Amino acid sequence: METAISVKNVSMMFNLNKDKVMGLKEYVIKAATRRLYYEEFWALTDVSFEVARGEVMGILGLNGAGKSTLLKLIAGVFKPTKGVITVKGEVAPLIELGSGFDMEFSARENIYMNGAIFGRSPAHMNGIYNEIMDFAELRDFEDVPLKNFSSGMAARLGFAVATHVEPEILIIDEILGVGDYRFAKKSKERIDEMLARGATVLVVSHAIETIREICDRAILLKKGKIAAIGEVEKVCEIYENGAF
Amino acid sequence: MTKKHYLATTTILTLALFLPFWQYLPMEVAGHRPGNIPMQIFYAALMSATTAIIATICTIIATRRTFIRTQLATLARFRHLLFLMIKRDFVTRYRRNVLGVLWSLLNPLMTMLVLTMVFSMLFRFDIPNFPVYLLSGQLIFNFFSEATTRAMGSVLGGAGTIKKVYVPKYIFPASAVLSSVVNLAFAFVAFLFVYAITGEPLRWTLLLVPLPILYVFTFSLGLGMLLSSMAVFFRDITYLYGIAMTLLMFLTPIFYPVTILPDRIFHLIHLNPMFHYVSYFRELALYGTIPGLWANMLCLGFALAALCVGLFATMTQQDKFILYL
Repeated sequence: METAISVKNVSMMFNLNKDKVMGLKEYVIKAATRRLYYEEFWALTDVSFEVARGEVMGILGLNGAGKSTLLKLIAGVFKPTKGVITVKGEVAPLIELGSGFDMEFSARENIYMNGAIFGRSPAHMNGIYNEIMDFAELRDFEDVPLKNFSSGMAARLGFAVATHVEPEILIIDEILGVGDYRFAKKSKERIDEMLARGATVLVVSHAIETIREICDRAILLKKGKIAAIGEVEKVCEIYENGAF
Repeated sequence: MTKKHYLATTTILTLALFLPFWQYLPMEVAGHRPGNIPMQIFYAALMSATTAIIATICTIIATRRTFIRTQLATLARFRHLLFLMIKRDFVTRYRRNVLGVLWSLLNPLMTMLVLTMVFSMLFRFDIPNFPVYLLSGQLIFNFFSEATTRAMGSVLGGAGTIKKVYVPKYIFPASAVLSSVVNLAFAFVAFLFVYAITGEPLRWTLLLVPLPILYVFTFSLGLGMLLSSMAVFFRDITYLYGIAMTLLMFLTPIFYPVTILPDRIFHLIHLNPMFHYVSYFRELALYGTIPGLWANMLCLGFALAALCVGLFATMTQQDKFILYL
């Protein structure tokens, strides 16, 4: 089977003290007084796995296990400190609410902006604009600035755009929990449609039922390392038992 | 031959080509006052550097085809985003204004009116058609100042996007500089208006005006990219740059003629790229002459040097941006 995402020996390190040096002045002072030390934090250490085209991979783990960092690495937001990530195909990340949305602008403007971030021309977006609006059920709020949207509305809009630009790889971080049961159902149908067309999906969720329902395989992360990987049932069981 | 070898050879060759001829540099390029030998050497070195940079760019294009191709593909993919960002800047600027786009024309006109009044009453310089002289200097300098200042904060301003999705980081300074070009276009229409009503004859050299604008654009883009990367790591650069901008403005003959300057400052001013861009523009627009090969080499040299430094800074640092935003 063709590989869509390949993660090889990836490690990600953050400098926890980096935000203390913010200006040239402080930098010079701290460098001069030799107070320029950092605390290293490895969010991920030596993570390797592959996701095949058309597969739905779930990522499980407690808070701080490195799930979001992993997704951001695959989305290209972070560059790994060590290791190589190869992604074949376009990625639409739904990592946080309103990825790449500008709160000052209306839903309409944000749809075009977001489409452009995914490399879609305004002309192409014209073609799918109505579909997006109907799916997100925000027809009455087209020209309302996003800052006046509820978090549910923004999430619906984000989900609608990311799924309608038809990316080859969709990354979802805790998005499915937002919105009412009706929208959640609709979202699942939409993801199934995308899967039918051969899309690859990565899902992070604490809702173990969601993972069980839509994933083929799953990864269990523990403190930045892979604790378990394989059939979704097995991994979910390990996660639920807390035996990792 | 490896890249390093090639670079070294090109640099040595171009230095060898230009340095021996420094004394033959035309006086109008080196400044028409006698006794500025260091200046002539500086120019000769800059000419050599320009040739070396062009040679290097050619080498990179020739030897790293795949790299160039991926970069161009990325740029093509994000061109719609670039376009929408420029459009958004434009719309934001005029969204809450009654007069809307008209402000773009009125703003330079009114500034010009005020400055002309101030300068023709307070300080009297012996400059024919002072309004046009002033406005031409302002046109170029304000574009540069606006473009670089906005570019500097652009990556910081795009933090929300950078943290959530992948976008090539140069898109932020690029959109800032390009939106300033839109404003420049409006200011240029205002300039032409003043040009016409003050009775300047229409010169065909005006058609060549896009050339110096292209030079300033490249220079601003390069400097803007460099500043935007620096601002991510050192936020207080913004204040320093504001001061530097004020200094640079007085070191550019916008409202005074170069002839009033004492020798020392006169030479200093020739190190200021903006001096050359403003002069280039005035040569075409005000005096109807076409700057020669040397002037073009100088303007191109500053522009390409800035672009290379800016691109290098952004390309090597962009992966770290996210950790500091």
